[in-house]
Amino acid sequence: MLAKRIIPCLDIKNGRTVKGVNFLNLRDAGDPVALAKQYAENGADELVFLDISATLESRSTTIDMVRNVAEQIDIPFTVGGGVSTKEGVELLLKSGADKVGVNSAAIKRPELVNELSKAFGNQCIVVAIDAKQVDGKWLVHLAGGTIPTDLDLFEWAKEVETRGAGEILFTSMNNDGVKTGFANAALAQLSETVNIPIIASGGAGTIQHFIDVFTDGKADAALAASVFHFGEIAINDLKQELKSNKINIRL
Amino acid sequence: MNVIIIDYGAGNIQSIQFAFQRLGINAKLSNSIDEILSADKVIFPGVGEASQAMQMLKKSKLDLLIPTLKQDVLGICLGMQLLCKHSEEGDTKGLGVFDVDVKRFSNAVKVPHMGWNTIQNLQSGLLKGIPEDTYMYAVHSYYASIGKQTIACSKYELEFSAALQSDNFYGVQFHPEKSSKDGAQLLQNFLNL
Repeated sequence: MLAKRIIPCLDIKNGRTVKGVNFLNLRDAGDPVALAKQYAENGADELVFLDISATLESRSTTIDMVRNVAEQIDIPFTVGGGVSTKEGVELLLKSGADKVGVNSAAIKRPELVNELSKAFGNQCIVVAIDAKQVDGKWLVHLAGGTIPTDLDLFEWAKEVETRGAGEILFTSMNNDGVKTGFANAALAQLSETVNIPIIASGGAGTIQHFIDVFTDGKADAALAASVFHFGEIAINDLKQELKSNKINIRL
Repeated sequence: MNVIIIDYGAGNIQSIQFAFQRLGINAKLSNSIDEILSADKVIFPGVGEASQAMQMLKKSKLDLLIPTLKQDVLGICLGMQLLCKHSEEGDTKGLGVFDVDVKRFSNAVKVPHMGWNTIQNLQSGLLKGIPEDTYMYAVHSYYASIGKQTIACSKYELEFSAALQSDNFYGVQFHPEKSSKDGAQLLQNFLNL
């Protein structure tokens, strides 16, 4: 049976891991390759690297990091953050990334999703969506969640599926960094809306939150950062606990 | 040992090269017919769309070479699917090594089938030392049906071939290069065949 996936997310800047709380106040949490290796050994099913570098110079450091990660770890990983061109995606895939995440660039020019999935196959195109619930409506945000758009989360998700996304990584900005659980109602609605896998992001604080996101939230995968980076939840313990709650998981 | 990974412009083959590197083997990427013929073991990878991949094979005449190879060949993911009779993806005629057809999962399930799934009814030396119900990482929208050459099954919507074998030709739907230590075991088994 297909297992639910646990995905640590590593935010990368200048070749180092950082994690924002509500996208601000970055804290350093270590060397990405060493962390990646440790997570793979501890039972992570996949990894996501989010490049929050601003400069081109820093981005070339990311390509080196992608190569190093691909050389050393034997589980799949996605790289996202600032990806906006077919050439950029190709370079990441050629450096050893299994999947590439696109976000703002797809909102600005939705045809990019068609072009990428046609060129590289939809299995390696993850569309990341940051959304915030405002007056009961889930609005998609641009640029790491800083700029609101008038796009509706569910309509946008449907659109990127039609355009060839292989997977959706949905981050609830209401939940991100506050550790009170995932946005399960929105996640469950998302799973009803589209027929591609959904990675839930934003809100993990306890093991119970992961149980809830796989049951109530119907997520295919759950992503978290700080609870893993700072050792608040050990992936092995988390997976044991999920298994004893009858959630199908790879041990 | 001389291991060649067929490089015809398909997908993330770097990862396969790295996986062999972790086993201490320097696998070489090549599309040269002479180099492929002189290899001890041949890896036939593939990620992407079937009809496009087949076109690329034809361009370098690899479509004629591959079915005639006498050494052990391992098709991975789309590589395995291209070794089958026919694929619904782009209505593509396959190389016909495996006597099964490739079909698309229905929309009763999420497509692509993505993530770690268990494999069962393991039957070949390729899977030696790998226990029943081991998890392997897979990502695909099309599947090879079950047939006489099926050497491992997996289940998603229905039962399909997770691995196939016909004489010296082997194929796996999942990605051993991304399937942690069990995937590494499979690649080591392939080298040991």
